[in-house]
Amino acid sequence: MFPRLVYESFRRQTRRKLLAGVAITLGVAVATAMIAVATDIGDKINRELRTYGANLLVTPQEDTLDVEIGGVNLKPPSDGAFLSEGDLPKIRGTFWHHNIVGFSPMLPVTVKVGEGTSAKVVTLLGTYFNKSLTFGKDEFTTGVRITHPWWKVQGTCGDRRIGDERTACGWPDDNSMNLLVGERLAAKVNARPGDRLEVNNRQLTISGILSTGAAEDDEIVAPLAVAQEILGKPGAVRRLYVSAMTKPEDALAVRDPKTMTPEMYDRWYCSPYVQSIAYQLQEAIPHSHAEQIRQVAQNEGTVLARIKGLMLLVTLAALFASALAVSAAMATAIYERRQEVGLMKALGAGSIAVAALFFAEALLLALIGGIVGFAAGSLLAHQIGQSIFNSQISIEPVLFPIILAIAVFVTFAGSAAAIRRAVKFDPVFALRGEA
Amino acid sequence: MSASPNTLHDPQQVANRRATVPHTSMFVRMLLRAAVLRRGRAASALLAMVVAAAVATAMMNLYVDVQAKLRTEFRSYGANVVVVAKDGQPMPADAMGRIQSALGPKTLAVPFSYAVARTKEGQSIVVVGADFARTRQLDHWWKVTHWPAAQREALVGMRAASVVTPDRRPFDLTFHDRALKLAPAGLLQTGAAEDSRIYVDQAEFQNWTGVAPTTIEIAVNGSTVEIEQAIAQLTQILPTADVRPVRQILEGEANVLNKTRATLYAASALIVLTAALCVLATLIGWVFDRRRDFAIMKALGASERLVNGFFAAEAAALGAIGALLGFAIGVGVAAWIGRVNFHAPVVPRFGVFPYVLAGSILVALFSAVLPIGLLRRVQPALILRGE
Repeated sequence: MFPRLVYESFRRQTRRKLLAGVAITLGVAVATAMIAVATDIGDKINRELRTYGANLLVTPQEDTLDVEIGGVNLKPPSDGAFLSEGDLPKIRGTFWHHNIVGFSPMLPVTVKVGEGTSAKVVTLLGTYFNKSLTFGKDEFTTGVRITHPWWKVQGTCGDRRIGDERTACGWPDDNSMNLLVGERLAAKVNARPGDRLEVNNRQLTISGILSTGAAEDDEIVAPLAVAQEILGKPGAVRRLYVSAMTKPEDALAVRDPKTMTPEMYDRWYCSPYVQSIAYQLQEAIPHSHAEQIRQVAQNEGTVLARIKGLMLLVTLAALFASALAVSAAMATAIYERRQEVGLMKALGAGSIAVAALFFAEALLLALIGGIVGFAAGSLLAHQIGQSIFNSQISIEPVLFPIILAIAVFVTFAGSAAAIRRAVKFDPVFALRGEA
Repeated sequence: MSASPNTLHDPQQVANRRATVPHTSMFVRMLLRAAVLRRGRAASALLAMVVAAAVATAMMNLYVDVQAKLRTEFRSYGANVVVVAKDGQPMPADAMGRIQSALGPKTLAVPFSYAVARTKEGQSIVVVGADFARTRQLDHWWKVTHWPAAQREALVGMRAASVVTPDRRPFDLTFHDRALKLAPAGLLQTGAAEDSRIYVDQAEFQNWTGVAPTTIEIAVNGSTVEIEQAIAQLTQILPTADVRPVRQILEGEANVLNKTRATLYAASALIVLTAALCVLATLIGWVFDRRRDFAIMKALGASERLVNGFFAAEAAALGAIGALLGFAIGVGVAAWIGRVNFHAPVVPRFGVFPYVLAGSILVALFSAVLPIGLLRRVQPALILRGE
């Protein structure tokens, strides 16, 4: 009899059930989407924060002092120690290589541009633009286009002179002898894309004009091999900029690894703190010293914490709103059925039987609405991820039972007060329609 | 009509009088009595309305204010505009005054002057004249063991320290044959070029080297457009200097801010939608529940217009009261979120109120009209019989 009551209730009162069902489905969908976005937002924003550029700098261990003002190096660059270019792919072999978004080696050399009396002494910076490298079987590309996303290049594409920043237009090939000229330097020497520039008695082609808003605007930027050849030191790298996704610093992060217990050391080593990634870079690259760039690394934590905190609070608001919507719909649905309750009680049903019927219906509604809502919410989260972050928002499968449990709980909680009142009605009044 | 006892209770007179008096008092009375007699149901509908309006208000307030709050957070990344003296031209002596008067005294501008000095061993080293109090505000990320306070004290970069004063003892520097003895007050660590430099107090630096500030780093607060305006303004008032935006900082900020704003926008839209749904569900139930009132009114000869007007007025009143209460609560919630997350309350935006009010009334009207449309087709007799 009981299953039949439930079944008939759904079959005959489709409109009411639909209203409650739609409310539950929408509520669950919003909750699912918001939870998925909130749990993933840290990772997404962390990736977006990489537009601030590298947060780690690797230098040779016995490096001498930089003597530079406003990005202009006043010291003969042939001095001092170098890193070896051949060691760089080893970064892919470190424990946290998935967190390392990219790296760019830098080798500044002083060169003479132009000839005769109009010659100028400028800095030529050798680097990777978008270099393909291999580590074991692993192929990857890295360079300033990943680690320095604010660098903009204006170049020529075929016959058209356009400066579209999204395409590779204007960027030199890493294996070519082409170069980029900083915009302020280009204005001084009147250089345009496609022109040839005499650098230390070599005729090199300008593939684009570089704008960075920093010291590079007065410099020439060339593939690393060009700088090494000019310096006469194959394989030499002065500095290495590494862009890594890190975990905000906490008490453990700043401890000295030498004073840690083995378990603590393992935990520290296996957390993507900027300190432990620096430590691992030092292990991977011989005779190197890795240091966090504090301007970038230290501020990430605060910004990330603020955005995560904000999304958490907003998610709570969303959960609250959807719980309320579900409760309101359930209360309405039950309140409308006082007469039915009156009839059942007049025929001898006890309060428990009536309540059980309503709860069974609520459970069924919650399960159906929960499943459909979870699917819709996953779709919604996917859409948000695609349209805002251009990447997938991953939905943990463990979320499904949790969401379902929340849906059932909220539906029950929302119905409870209405069910209590419905059961308490005097059947006589209810049947006479005077409730 | 005079109020003598005879005429007052004469049925004919009463009917005449009632026919000519406008129905407003009855209309208002019906509205009020409906709310008072069905307190429970009216309260639950109002509660839904209030909560929805509160959530919508809080989200709109947050959406507007959070961008400003986040921008303040982003200023911890330091200067986003740098003013550099053009080659061979000195920075005007009153540059700082001009900048402060153009951008307001609250804008943080920090002058720096640079010189290359030599150590006793003949090693070149960059010495910077800095305003420590301002630098400390601008560059939060500097890790400094102890800021210099006394005369002849210097802040020594980590790498510079290993060259000039490995044992943290006072050291000598010479600049164009003028010697200066400095005591290292603290060590500076940034992971960038600053590590190779020595920072001394601006006045002392100028005394020693005679070099005036050549660079002013400025943290301009505001949106991309406001920063562009500030740059244009600075270029105008400082014609002998180069005003450069720090693209690394500006673009990073714009990018992260845009993504956060878009996420918040999507979240706000979802939440407001859910809140509206909650109101819809409650109000539809409420109106359906009162189909007997509806039927009785019709049976007593109320016109379609009157009945519709009655339910619409009821819904509008509910929406308006809900919006008013909800707005107050929502502003409180937004302020609380601001305090918890940003340690500064979100300022109430009263400009949001008309939208919340209009939205609440619209949703309420819609939820009232929908069931009435369905009920209209039903004969009053059927409803009254309880079918």
